[in-house]
Amino acid sequence: MSDIVGPPLAEKTFAGLTGEGWVRIVAPAIIGLLALAAWEIAVRVNAVPTYILPGPILIAQTLVKDWSTLAVSLGITLQITFAALIAAAVLGLLIAILFAQSRLIELSLFPYAVILQVTPIVAIAPLIIIWVDDVRLVLLICAWIVAFFPILSNTTLGLNSADHNLLDLFRLYRATRWQVLWRLRLPSSMPYFLAGLRIAGGLALIGAIVAEFVAGTGGRASGLAYRILEAGYQLQIPRMFAALVLVSLTGIAIFLALSLVSHLLLRSWHESALKRDKS
Amino acid sequence: MSGSSAAISLEGVAKRYANGTLAVQRVDMAVAHGDFVSLLGPSGCGKSTLLRMIAGLIQPSGGAITVSGGAGPEALGFVFQEPTLMPWATALKNVRLPLDLLGVGRSEAEARAAEALASVGLKGFEASYPRALSGGMKMRVSIARGLVTRPRLLLMDEPFAALDEITRFRLNNDLLTLWEAQKFTVVFVTHSVFESVYLSRRVVVMGARPGRVVADLDVAEPYPRGEDYRTSAIYASHTRDVSHALHESMAA
Repeated sequence: MSDIVGPPLAEKTFAGLTGEGWVRIVAPAIIGLLALAAWEIAVRVNAVPTYILPGPILIAQTLVKDWSTLAVSLGITLQITFAALIAAAVLGLLIAILFAQSRLIELSLFPYAVILQVTPIVAIAPLIIIWVDDVRLVLLICAWIVAFFPILSNTTLGLNSADHNLLDLFRLYRATRWQVLWRLRLPSSMPYFLAGLRIAGGLALIGAIVAEFVAGTGGRASGLAYRILEAGYQLQIPRMFAALVLVSLTGIAIFLALSLVSHLLLRSWHESALKRDKS
Repeated sequence: MSGSSAAISLEGVAKRYANGTLAVQRVDMAVAHGDFVSLLGPSGCGKSTLLRMIAGLIQPSGGAITVSGGAGPEALGFVFQEPTLMPWATALKNVRLPLDLLGVGRSEAEARAAEALASVGLKGFEASYPRALSGGMKMRVSIARGLVTRPRLLLMDEPFAALDEITRFRLNNDLLTLWEAQKFTVVFVTHSVFESVYLSRRVVVMGARPGRVVADLDVAEPYPRGEDYRTSAIYASHTRDVSHALHESMAA
């Protein structure tokens, strides 16, 4: 890369963002717009039928036109995703704490968590459908299975990576198990837990979508995956794309929101949230 | 300072680790109340192991250790080689930790922690997080934490080894000031001959493989010791003696 052209990227800020901050936003946006324009032009010039590949403008129009249906589905997918994520965070954290209490418990149970993780969710979903009547609950369980593991494994690692000298210090002052957990192990594990949560957010969405593909929902209470399937059967390809766009945007929004949460919680102390000293 | 009865007495203390390594062979030693004793030796001589055994963090595999003057955890302070602070807590909360763990009430703990921070020259840094502090300041926080319970005995494990020389000299002087004011007993592990002669009234030289005491030298110079002492002929002569004992231990 040659010298960077344009205003100096150092400390100047504009509307609250540094030069690099703006480049970070503007550069990908330009690439995205160029790609969309090329797509639209290619579709029009070659007169590609809309049931093969609709142009971005048509997709945007469809998104607006079908919003009432899509919004309901988006709401359902979001509900399942967040319920699964919260369940994964709470249970992942609690089980990790259980693991941290005894090496024997961890060694006995961890392999089963791994088995749950490595078995593809599409293979487990049919079983869950047989066992559980409520379809929403099926989707929730599937999304939870996918989202749970990164939180469990990350938090377990975090709880076990407390500074050994600090552990000695706690021992010196005869800290109780609870004090060690609450004052030392849990804060030490926070960065790990939050990193796991960020991964789990995306996975919960994937789990919710994949499970719906397998389980199907039907009727009014359908999530975005069902809309994609339905549109596919009916060859309403623009609508399929519109639902797909919503899934992607949801994933991005979840990732950004969880990154923000992580940053806010760690900014006062953790290396990952710190700007390098420039003085 | 009574000086007659021992603050710590070690009788035939030995430590063999599970893997068979003999870290400490057999140490007989007594430390007088209010004394400042350095444990000096090359790495691997078991000086840190000995210190941790005195703290009760490691159990000796042989012999007996008696720490007089209350077995309660508040009677003991420990300062590690690294500052070992909780990065998510402010300086004040870090210093308050021992009091919190011992169940001291919040307002009293707060006041005593602030006092301890002020005593190491960090008044005004109560709300600072460790990452905002320099290496020397972090070590000061660590010392304040070690002293916040007003211990009778302060155990220090090469606390200044990672600091630059100027900071180390300053912390040496501040430590001596605190020691003279609060009259606790200090066992100070170091691998620096100069530091041991500057700080302590007695230097116990240890040899490696297996760890054992090879020499026990008095440095009976008066306190307060300042920069004049650091450049004096008597300081140089003590340094020579201690160095000599250290080299003999390593040659043997």
